[in-house]
Amino acid sequence: MVNTSGNNKLSVHEAAHFENNGRIMIEDLNVHFGSNHVLIDVTFPIKANSITAIIGPSGCGKSTFIRCLDRMNDIIPSARVTGKIILDGVDIYDPSYEPYELRKKVGMVFQKPNPFPKSIYENLAFGLRIHGIRNKDMIEKRVVEALNAAALWDEVKDRLHESAFSLSGGQQQRLCIARTLAIEPEVILFDEPCSALDPISTGKIEDLMVRLKEKYTIAIVTHNMQQAARISDFTGFLYLGKLIEYGETKKLFTAPKDKLTENYITGRFG
Amino acid sequence: MDAGAMELTQSIQLISKSHSNRRKLIQRIGFSLIFLSLLISIFFLFIIVIFIAIRGAGVINWEFLTAMPRKSMTAGGILPAILGTFYLSVGAVIFALPLGILAAIYLNEYAGENLLVRIIKMGINNLAGVPSIVFGLFGLAIFVKFFGFGVSTLSGALTLAIMILPVIISTTAEALKSIPDSFREAGYGVGATKWQIIRGIILPAALPGILTGTILGIGRAAGETAPILFTAATFFSRKLPGSVMDEVLALPYHIYALMTEGTHPESQVPIAYGTALVLLILVLGLDLVAIVIRTRSRKKKLW
Repeated sequence: MVNTSGNNKLSVHEAAHFENNGRIMIEDLNVHFGSNHVLIDVTFPIKANSITAIIGPSGCGKSTFIRCLDRMNDIIPSARVTGKIILDGVDIYDPSYEPYELRKKVGMVFQKPNPFPKSIYENLAFGLRIHGIRNKDMIEKRVVEALNAAALWDEVKDRLHESAFSLSGGQQQRLCIARTLAIEPEVILFDEPCSALDPISTGKIEDLMVRLKEKYTIAIVTHNMQQAARISDFTGFLYLGKLIEYGETKKLFTAPKDKLTENYITGRFG
Repeated sequence: MDAGAMELTQSIQLISKSHSNRRKLIQRIGFSLIFLSLLISIFFLFIIVIFIAIRGAGVINWEFLTAMPRKSMTAGGILPAILGTFYLSVGAVIFALPLGILAAIYLNEYAGENLLVRIIKMGINNLAGVPSIVFGLFGLAIFVKFFGFGVSTLSGALTLAIMILPVIISTTAEALKSIPDSFREAGYGVGATKWQIIRGIILPAALPGILTGTILGIGRAAGETAPILFTAATFFSRKLPGSVMDEVLALPYHIYALMTEGTHPESQVPIAYGTALVLLILVLGLDLVAIVIRTRSRKKKLW
């Protein structure tokens, strides 16, 4: 393959290496919104049982990127996605792949906490019911488990039937994480999950993510480089729609290969 | 500070003081005008209610509410008109509500944005302003004649349903539109289909707004005379309506009949006011039911 677009592609050797380890392989991903070319030839892996951070300045396409991983861009009429995203050996953009099944396997936590306008309990039960779980005891068991896993149970166990909007912002975000965990996904995507939260709530969510990576494959978009450095194992740097650099977080932050990456992580632009 | 500077400061203070006084005055005048407009509006509403209550209360008693009209409507009660209006407006809502809600869901959630959809939306809004007598003529042509339902409760309810449909569609669409997209996104995020999101999240959240549309619809259906003029209403009937194919007396039409037909205004006019009062109470009562449901569903969730 001729490398025409700078540093945004992995070498054949690297690609072969990651193919074995990548839980998700993103290959030549391109996204257009109308005539806007938002993501350009993005190729890199997301590994199992680790946290992959996607960093980059505002407008670099990182939210668009993560929304490709559970086909959330499908609901935007002007969006056009080409390339492949291979999850467990299957291209999720294959026309036969049902997005609703994909999103059960790949959960998403959004930038702003967005609980449903329902009770705390119903926020979790809704997701279970739509996936065909009708048994009340089963639902209750999964709700309690998920709230525990999201480190929220102790704070809400006495008020499960109160509105989700009675919770604080940080609690709401953990509720949204619990809602995602309840349907037992395998991959969890976080789209700037802490950008609306205070430092204490942010700390709790970060601890939670680090604990969750034992069971799940996690990808997080963040504009907070300290956050990426603190919690992620791998980092991809996106700039103007191109993947500038991808690698182990430690290496990328201490010895970036690309000048752009270095300028960004040292705060020379952003 | 020297004397010159002091003088300057004082004059600036003076200017700014008079300026601030002027602004306060303008604000006070503004508020007074707004308050006055409110007072005038409420005043007329109150006057209407009080006027009808005073004129009408005298004739209202148990017999008035539960008996048939007697002696060419100069005595007796208005039971058939009460029942008629009740059947007509409830019937209209039964037809219009499901149809209107589903149409609004389609327009707001499925149709997307294109010229045709915009024209349809504009058309619906304009239909809400069409004079009700036009709906009456339409009902006569379609339901009474074409479908052969005759002058009947069914024809009247269907005509009223078509009349209130635009109100229900546009208020429901408005209610759906006010639901933040983040709820829809969250629904997709847990793997829900579009229909599961609409049914499980959007509709429950929009219910208060939908009920507001229903309230407006009921009020209009119960109060209109023109749409039922040729399709459902009759001046007089010896029996209560037994089936949906019977013609009915209705409160607004009964008032019209009392005031224009007959030869005994001295006994008919008070009955007309009594009927008006009953109509008012009936509409408020129907509204109250919807308001209670709305308040209760609002209390459950806030965002």
